Amino acid sequence: MDLFKRETHINFMALRRVTFVVSLALLAISIAAIAARGLNLGIDFTGGTLVEVKYPEQVELSQVRRTLAGGGYPDAIVQYFGTSRDVLIRLGPQLDGGQVDNEKVGDRIMSLLRQEHPEAQRQRVEFVGPEIGSELRDQGGLALLFALGGILIYVAFRFEYRFALGAVAALIHDVTITVGFFAVTQVDFDLTVLAALLAVIGYSLNDTIVVFDRIRENFVKIRRDDPVETTDISINQTLSRTLMTSATTMLVVLALFFLGGETVGPFALALVVGIVVGTYSSIYVASALALALGVSKADMMPPEKEGEDAEELP
Amino acid sequence: MQNRYPLWKYAILVVALAAGVLYALPNVFGEDPAVQISTRSGEPPAETVRQRIVDLLDSENLPVKSAEVTENHFLIRMPDTTAQLEAADEIELALGTDYTVALNLAPSTPEWLQALNARPMFLGLDLRGGVHFLMEVDLDAALAQTMERYTNEFRTKLRESRVRYQQIDYEGARVEVGFERAAVRERAFDALGGDYPSLDFRGEERDGLFWLIAELPDQEVSEVENFAVSQNITTLRNRVNELGVAEPVIQRQGRGRIVVQLPGVQDTARAKDILGATATLEFHKVDESNFPYQGGPDAATPPGSKVYQRRDEGYVLLRERVILTGEYITDAQSGIDSRNGQPQVSIRLNDAGGDIFSRFTAENVGKYMAVVFIENRVDTRRVDGEIRKVSERVEEVINVARIQEPLGNRFQITGLDSAQEARDLALLLRAGSLAAPMEIVEERTIGPSLGQENIDQGFNAVIIGFALVVVFMALYYRVFGLVADLALLTNLVLIVGVLSLLQATLTLPGIAGIVLTVGMAVDANVLIFERIREELRSGASARNAIDGGYEKALSTIADANITTLIAAIVLFAFGTGPIKGFAVTLSIGIVTSMFTAIMGTRAVVNLIYGGRRKARLQI
Repeated sequence: MDLFKRETHINFMALRRVTFVVSLALLAISIAAIAARGLNLGIDFTGGTLVEVKYPEQVELSQVRRTLAGGGYPDAIVQYFGTSRDVLIRLGPQLDGGQVDNEKVGDRIMSLLRQEHPEAQRQRVEFVGPEIGSELRDQGGLALLFALGGILIYVAFRFEYRFALGAVAALIHDVTITVGFFAVTQVDFDLTVLAALLAVIGYSLNDTIVVFDRIRENFVKIRRDDPVETTDISINQTLSRTLMTSATTMLVVLALFFLGGETVGPFALALVVGIVVGTYSSIYVASALALALGVSKADMMPPEKEGEDAEELP
Repeated sequence: MQNRYPLWKYAILVVALAAGVLYALPNVFGEDPAVQISTRSGEPPAETVRQRIVDLLDSENLPVKSAEVTENHFLIRMPDTTAQLEAADEIELALGTDYTVALNLAPSTPEWLQALNARPMFLGLDLRGGVHFLMEVDLDAALAQTMERYTNEFRTKLRESRVRYQQIDYEGARVEVGFERAAVRERAFDALGGDYPSLDFRGEERDGLFWLIAELPDQEVSEVENFAVSQNITTLRNRVNELGVAEPVIQRQGRGRIVVQLPGVQDTARAKDILGATATLEFHKVDESNFPYQGGPDAATPPGSKVYQRRDEGYVLLRERVILTGEYITDAQSGIDSRNGQPQVSIRLNDAGGDIFSRFTAENVGKYMAVVFIENRVDTRRVDGEIRKVSERVEEVINVARIQEPLGNRFQITGLDSAQEARDLALLLRAGSLAAPMEIVEERTIGPSLGQENIDQGFNAVIIGFALVVVFMALYYRVFGLVADLALLTNLVLIVGVLSLLQATLTLPGIAGIVLTVGMAVDANVLIFERIREELRSGASARNAIDGGYEKALSTIADANITTLIAAIVLFAFGTGPIKGFAVTLSIGIVTSMFTAIMGTRAVVNLIYGGRRKARLQI
């Protein structure tokens, strides 16, 4: 099987003004959603308590809510987790009469629920102190920045600063839109989603590098000096690979999404979105931006070796 | 020669593959439910104990799979979990509180593999169930305790040397003493400076006073913090032993945090109670109307007095009123009395404790005083035919001593039999004293069924994801696809092998990392194969196409993987717990996939096409 028996000649860059607008629109929507709705941050970042309970039979959420409200937790967020027998309860940091006594909340909630349903089974309890929450938030942000910084340096070192800027712009684009997706859908944003974002950075960059590598190669190889055409040729040459890798990665990520269980759901979802956006951005953000910044044939030629002559002098 | 690999490259591949398979192998054998027995003191239990246990289980008709002696405990493997639970209860009942009996899952790795140090992957708590606590030690309080001690000592010393100070207080890592004149300050410095080489002294003038400032250097401050954390770790370790956990993890994390992981523990409320409980000390006056004590533990006592058990043996009658509790103790050190060479324990009290104590001792010179150690212990008993765990408060008199003279906030307990006893007493006093306070700042509890569910779902995702990719690659690249599939399988084996070898913790996100690696690992092959196709299209011979394809794709693959590796390493550096697990598997996967996808596939491709002069490539 070979979908691309012959080389494709799609004029990608012709569309770059259109996609530029599309990208800007997506970014604007994402930023607006993040600003307006915010993220549905998990307790990893907010601090608080999370309890996952399994019931032997279906339960009504309203009943669970009532039980919790009766026990002094009217603010508890109660939702089904996968099935209507699994219930997830979330609570922000609690202040009991000025005395923070958070680490016992999970145990108290369980005993409340057991009074009503003796067979209720505790699957998972997580408690994150408010201080830890803000720390994880800071660390997460720092991790993203450091990853971007490290990549910027590496790409600048291996390629050229304009490529590096294009690559990093593409990454910021991908991360923002993926986070924006979480803001729009209000899917739980927890620590694993943050990990997925870093994986998206790695993946999207992977794609970008492959395209850049080919652009660089073609700048040297192709005689005519038309950056737009060279870029187009490069993208076409790598298109088959780009789609293949996206396909295989998408396959496993979908397997993870459908089979990995509820806990890894948001993680897999972030990857699905990230892969789609990342594939698109390596073509239309990274390459287009590198073009806009004016990469040309001259930048890619091996540097003249002036130093060598000097060294040979006695 | 083109498309022939030298023998050594094949050798490397075969060795790597063999090692991978070997170390991945223990994961196939599964685990036995087991009971693990260790002594409270940490020494290996005696051989007689082992025989006793084996006999006991025999008489209870509990089938034993094997009874082994490992490093410092006995491991008794049982055929199933029902027998395991029953056996644990019986053993606990028979052995009493000097032993810790814990449930464990012992890998049933064959001996020849164990000899190679091959073990199954170390599963994180989210996969095997258990509790994870992150405790935070209040380091400010630890420092404050130390500074308060210095402040008190300064006060006493200055009083003794008749140096008048106007003000004294501590703040942060500094003690500040204010004097009326500079000359007085000079004298104060002469009195103090020599005794405290660890403090930095300097002068300052403000608010109309001459200040002597003694500052604890940063290095000493971190010493104080380290001491507070390690003392808390010691205490935690002792308490965790109470819980009967097979493989507890108690580790310092960062400056003032301690990670406590208790696999298999489900009763978190009890775990918290025990971890949070403090052993305490009380000083009591001895009731000398009956001393040395004559009579049994239940004899009638005068009002206001109570019979206490002595740690060594016998009983002693004490006044019930508490003179002082362990909270006032700031330090206890064992040592040798310089006058007579006898072992002793030096105790330091804080300010308030010193006041109470000097008043009491001044009034009671020549009388006897006792130190009572109080802790909560968990005991296994048979109640109404059922085996139950009972938590009880144990009060023991650890020392009775005569008050020789009025005592201040520093005093010695003498009359101890040996240096060992002095060391033990100092340890008990420290354990009972108020170490820096600690609180739980993070908890993650995973039920055992959820752990198993996570394993199953993760495993499913890996298998299905793998199968999909394998089929896809085979359809698209035919023979070369199959070669890539072979490399992918090898890659999986290598990842599992490396994880087992490193004993890195496998978590649910870690499994997700493996799944992701499976999808991304074929990227290198896709790059190579697409290049080969390109070469073929431009009219290259099969031989040249293969050669060119691999060569030209190499730098691209390296760049792409190194950048992903950067992201993974950053993730590892910043991540905690489960996230680290993801970073670990992702990083390992990237490295092993480069190896299998480049070198591995090339070797196989060479084997298939290398010998033929005019091959038609199935790609």
